[in-house]
Amino acid sequence: MMGRSLVDLWHGFGVALLPGNLMWSFFGVLIGNLIGVLPGLGPISAISMLLPLTYALHPIPAILMLAGIFYGAQYGGAIGAILLNLPCHPPHAVTCLDGYPLTQQGRSGTALGITMLCSFFAASVGIIVMIIASPLLVAISFRFGPPEIFSIMLLGLLAGATMSRGSPLKGVAMVVVGLLLGVAGTDVLTGTQRFTFGITDLDDGVELVALALGLFGVAEFLRSVNRMDQIAKPVRMRMRDMRPSRAELRQAFPAMLRGTGIGVLFGAIPGTGPTITTFLAYALEHKLARHPERFGHGAIEGVAAPEAASHSKTQVDFIPTMSLGIPGDPVMALILGALMIQGIQPGPQLITEHADLFWGLIASFWIGNALLMVLNVPLIGVWVKLLQVPYRFLYPSAVFFIAVGVYSTQNNLFEVWEVLAFGLAGAVFVALDFPVAPILLGFVLGPLVEDNFRRALLLSGGNMAVFLQHPISAGFIGASALLVAARLFFWVRGLRRGTPDAMTALLPEVPPG
Amino acid sequence: MHRINRKDFLGGGLMLLLGLGAAFQASHYEFGTLRRMGPGYFPLALGLILALTGLAILLGSLRGAAAVAAARLAPEWRGWICICAGVASFAVIGRWGGLLPATFASVFLAALGDRKNTPVAAGVLAAVMTLVCLVVFWWLLKIELPLFRWG
Repeated sequence: MMGRSLVDLWHGFGVALLPGNLMWSFFGVLIGNLIGVLPGLGPISAISMLLPLTYALHPIPAILMLAGIFYGAQYGGAIGAILLNLPCHPPHAVTCLDGYPLTQQGRSGTALGITMLCSFFAASVGIIVMIIASPLLVAISFRFGPPEIFSIMLLGLLAGATMSRGSPLKGVAMVVVGLLLGVAGTDVLTGTQRFTFGITDLDDGVELVALALGLFGVAEFLRSVNRMDQIAKPVRMRMRDMRPSRAELRQAFPAMLRGTGIGVLFGAIPGTGPTITTFLAYALEHKLARHPERFGHGAIEGVAAPEAASHSKTQVDFIPTMSLGIPGDPVMALILGALMIQGIQPGPQLITEHADLFWGLIASFWIGNALLMVLNVPLIGVWVKLLQVPYRFLYPSAVFFIAVGVYSTQNNLFEVWEVLAFGLAGAVFVALDFPVAPILLGFVLGPLVEDNFRRALLLSGGNMAVFLQHPISAGFIGASALLVAARLFFWVRGLRRGTPDAMTALLPEVPPG
Repeated sequence: MHRINRKDFLGGGLMLLLGLGAAFQASHYEFGTLRRMGPGYFPLALGLILALTGLAILLGSLRGAAAVAAARLAPEWRGWICICAGVASFAVIGRWGGLLPATFASVFLAALGDRKNTPVAAGVLAAVMTLVCLVVFWWLLKIELPLFRWG
């Protein structure tokens, strides 16, 4: 099976290196990197703003570009975290802890260089895991019927809801809100208009881009306007500063390996967000370190491990997204949505029917990550300049980009009202300490969950036990029950003792998402 | 006596209301049977789950969860109103005035939300973004919204 994969991958390189595809991939990495560097804008905003642009493209260049935007923005976010202590994207919050002290010591170049090495290494490992694991997963997932798909989605949704900071109940509530939003529109089976309240613009359902940009764009501006302290200290940066010394490399290497391992492990579990992964990687380094007191004062390992974890998770996350149609986090949910807009249904048949797309995507990861390295060495000076754009100029411009971006999804100004409504709702949820990321997860999976739930019960003649009679499905249901029980146990125990529970204690204060 | 966790109280209440509202609305659609589910089945179930979750959050807040004393931020009305007005103005002016006025208005209004921005600075920023819009969205991307229109 491996041999087959390697042949397919070789073919994939051929696809990814076609001049047209390569150009879009490069464009995606560049734009993603540019947007990711800007304070307050992460991969979700970057992807959703540029999503309408891909409607005009063929599926392959479109998805290559979106993936490029994604890892470009992810890397760009690390630059902001290290140089300015600004976590533009929650997973980078932990990178700030040691990255910024390194900058204060004048070693920002080293930190960025290590980040770059780690991201390339971790992504490469992630890609190798993808090559080995996806054919296996496909072989298994061909035996998936509606009950199995429903159960694994349930597991993914529950993991997405409960594996975040704070009350698991709030996460569950947000997932259900997302599922309900996914229901809105015309019911496929009966043609009934659900939750449209007579507004014909809602017949096709809620617009994914409007929801994402409302929750992660407008809501974020509402939260941080006049509250963002920007320390615009001019940072001098030269290319040769970015080369870490041999001693620093030796220090970072084991941390990078461990971080990569954690990322691979968590990437394979659907629903576990990137933030929790990076925090666990950091916590592990802290535990294992001979001198844990160095952490928080510029320990190289504290930058290397979380960055490696987030990048390897990113790659591995594509496996459940593409082969099962189950996104691991909101960004994957967006990419899944983009695939569906292109008329490509993710699932086990994707890898066989759209082999050029799947393997082209894998090959383009490698090429894209190499491009990222090549791009960032000469452009780091430009990014540093961009970082100093004051927030008071940045967010009004972003408001315009969001408005024009959602308009162009359907050429309909109604979408602008939608983005405003979701922005306000998102700001209220965030103010009440609800995590908003599960909404997006629930929204994308909602229609699939309902469809498979209906079909499973139709096939079983209305017998609910069908989910437990199929062994694979029963396994997922069992895992879901275990997850909920364990999470509730730790949470209640934490409440009793009056201390934050283990998960909360692990996670320092981060922006929601 | 425990202190009520205010955020959880309000949040739980909000979820309870949202859930009940969704369930009520879904009860108008055909329910069907477990074997042949109508369009109302799934949303009704979701609405009830949401309401129950909201109730649980609400009850939890009455028990006075260990309230992590977070610094309460002062409301930021100026920023909030200006950003919302900026987004809304794009929709309104885009409908009645066209792309360029809508762009200018949305950036200008949103920029006024920041206390450090003067009207002049906001105007300059809005003018620059209008130019960007003209080149990128109208000239390069051929957006369908006309540059100007009357009524």
